[in-house]
Amino acid sequence: MPERLTVSEAPYTIGIPPFRPGEKADFGGGFAEQPGDLNRPEVTCTAQDTATHAVGLIRVLDDEHVASGEWDPKLDEETLLKGLEHMMRLRIFDDRMIKMQRTGLLSFYMRSYGEEAIAIAQTMALEEQDWLFPSYRQPGAQFVRGRDMVSMICHCIGNTEDNVRGRQMPVHYTWKEGRFISISSPVGTQFPQAVGVAMASAYRGLDEVCISWLGDGTSAQGDFHYAVNFASTFKPPVILNVVNNQWAISTHANLATGGRTFAERGLAYDIPSFRVDGNDFLALYAVTKWARDRASAGLGPTFIEVYTYRAGAHSSSDDPSAYRPQDEFECWPGGDPIDRLKGHLIGRGLWDEDKHTELTERIDAEVMAAYKEACTFGDLANGPYPPASTIFTEVYEEVPWHVQEQREELGK
Amino acid sequence: MAKMNMIAALNSALDLQLQRDPNVVIFGEDVGYFGGVFRVTAGLQEAHGAHRVFDSPLAEGGIAAVAFGMGINGLRPVMEIQFADYIFPAYDQIVNEMAKLRHRSGGEFWTPVTIRTPAGGGIRGGHHHSQSPEAQFTHTPGLKVVYCSNPYNAKGLLTSAIECNDPVVFFEPKRCYRGPFYGDPHKVPTWNSHPDGEVPEDYYSIPLEQARIVKEGGACTVIAWGTMVHVAEEAIRQSNVDAELIDLQTLLPWDRDTVVESVRKTGRCVIVHEAPKTSGFGAEMSASIQERCFWHLEAPIERVTGWDTPFPHTTEWDYLPSPGRIAEAIARTQEA
Ligand SMILES: Cc1ncc(C[n+]2csc(CCOP(=O)(O)OP(=O)(O)O)c2C)c(N)n1
Ligand SMILES: [Mg+2]
Repeated sequence: MPERLTVSEAPYTIGIPPFRPGEKADFGGGFAEQPGDLNRPEVTCTAQDTATHAVGLIRVLDDEHVASGEWDPKLDEETLLKGLEHMMRLRIFDDRMIKMQRTGLLSFYMRSYGEEAIAIAQTMALEEQDWLFPSYRQPGAQFVRGRDMVSMICHCIGNTEDNVRGRQMPVHYTWKEGRFISISSPVGTQFPQAVGVAMASAYRGLDEVCISWLGDGTSAQGDFHYAVNFASTFKPPVILNVVNNQWAISTHANLATGGRTFAERGLAYDIPSFRVDGNDFLALYAVTKWARDRASAGLGPTFIEVYTYRAGAHSSSDDPSAYRPQDEFECWPGGDPIDRLKGHLIGRGLWDEDKHTELTERIDAEVMAAYKEACTFGDLANGPYPPASTIFTEVYEEVPWHVQEQREELGK
Repeated sequence: MAKMNMIAALNSALDLQLQRDPNVVIFGEDVGYFGGVFRVTAGLQEAHGAHRVFDSPLAEGGIAAVAFGMGINGLRPVMEIQFADYIFPAYDQIVNEMAKLRHRSGGEFWTPVTIRTPAGGGIRGGHHHSQSPEAQFTHTPGLKVVYCSNPYNAKGLLTSAIECNDPVVFFEPKRCYRGPFYGDPHKVPTWNSHPDGEVPEDYYSIPLEQARIVKEGGACTVIAWGTMVHVAEEAIRQSNVDAELIDLQTLLPWDRDTVVESVRKTGRCVIVHEAPKTSGFGAEMSASIQERCFWHLEAPIERVTGWDTPFPHTTEWDYLPSPGRIAEAIARTQEA
């Protein structure tokens, strides 16, 4: 784990980022942690058995993209290629949405750039009946579960086909069919709610695990601590992930914690806790599968710190060049999750540059077609929008008299 | 005098308070090095040091609680909640703790915290970047609640809020940070050509608990705060009614005398706010006004407000009170 940097700016100690704009981002070479460093304990293990996993870093792919160690999930070719394709799809989709945002066709956007492996590998490691309780940084899970891209774009551009009816900002997806629970802007609220979903699964005797994610910054919220404590107390089938992408808008993770890893917080609550290379598709898959097996066996929660890097701006409203070196991502040793899985597949003779280019073009065309189709239902710049009557519906199960009266007053 | 937008005016108030009072400290999410997501604290860390202007962990409840503690131990904290929609994790600390401390301790302890927070709609923020939750705080004895509307009063009122020894919730209408908003999203005027964009660079303050008569008139009293001050101004222009416009500025305790005097004069009253109608602050005002002006009223008191629904994203212009809706209400008061 990297050392926490602070300054003693009298009278406090203040966590600071490793580098500021204008400085050379130098992380001192590759990760010290290597695949094979850490064993894969039995799912029946105690929290204490994961003590080294919470300070180390579970990796499967090394810097040459070769897989090794006990955590290698030994996935078949089809699964690996699916994973690569979904990650590429998410990146191309994000790029298209950002372009649309710049031209005013949608109001706001948040990319998953650099973090594509997380929701995709983790959702692929789960079963279809499992519940996803994401933050705004895990939309990729929807591709895994087969959500129609047109419907995702319709939400982002708030048109007449938006299944959220233009009520929420872009990226606040909801998709019940895929058990992808409605995203809320107030950060962290989903974490303890996910524990509740899992407690209901346990109560109803269902093999339905719930997974949730929140960011390094958000781990400072009370909701984070409620979640981990309730999970520890009731031991329901829940997988709690802190996605440590090292930044919370302009604030570095060194300000979110006073030292130690995020994963070690789980240990303190007596929950098996792992720190995993978040740009390593295979490691993510393996750890999540472990957690699912444990939950499914009735053994309770798993806590995971996913170590990654927010490669892009926080959102379309943010300009990170004001607070970090612009090339920090390239200098960070964790690499790019797509390049790493691609490199692995090429190394195993399962993939090549031509296939990669071909697939890129196919997805490009797919995204373009979906974008065009979505725009036929309207966009934010030009409409048509969902009818104004949608302001008044679904506030309650039935529209009460006072809301009905106001709807009539608006007359739309 | 200098030309300032609301962001610069707020920044100037903070800067001067940091200079004048060594016990003033400023913190919140992204306010330190970066200077805030709306840039209100830009440059202050560099000028005054990271021990006085700093980034906090992302936890509104923690920010408020820490501010509370600093305040009882001699500091004068100015905390930022990045969006008013995110004030609710801090609600317990504000409502149960800050607001009641003086009373519960028999006057032994008090905490002079200022809670700055951008509020209101008009920025395509959907229901979690648009709310205007002033009524959730005006219902809390022990707090003062302020809502600025332009650069000049933003600076003067924030100065008073920081100097106030009671906890103050200070709402900033984010739609008006860079210019007034007259209800037409396609027109984006700046503060440059507006008289209230003229802001002294030096220290000044505007007393809390005083409303401001924006425009005098005899036929109807229109009361608003925040962004709605400008929308109401436009509505009055469109209505051709000689209405008096009052910018309430402080909502708790509010300037009842100024309002009552105006309504006794005009006999008609329209209250405008963007928050939902039910239990909105307009309800409190309307009740108080009829208690004191009943025999002077020529028409029912009108309220033009946001609907009793969450704040929408794509259809926000159908949610926010428009000049048209306000003008119709003004017209209805003239029929009686
Ligand atoms: C309760 C709350 N406070 C503040 C915000 C504003 N905000 C949105 S995202 C964000 C930073 C989150 O950082 P992190 O948890 O690290 O997640 P990341 O964006 O890196 O995925 C902030 C402060 C919010 N949405 N909700
Ligand atoms: Mg983060």
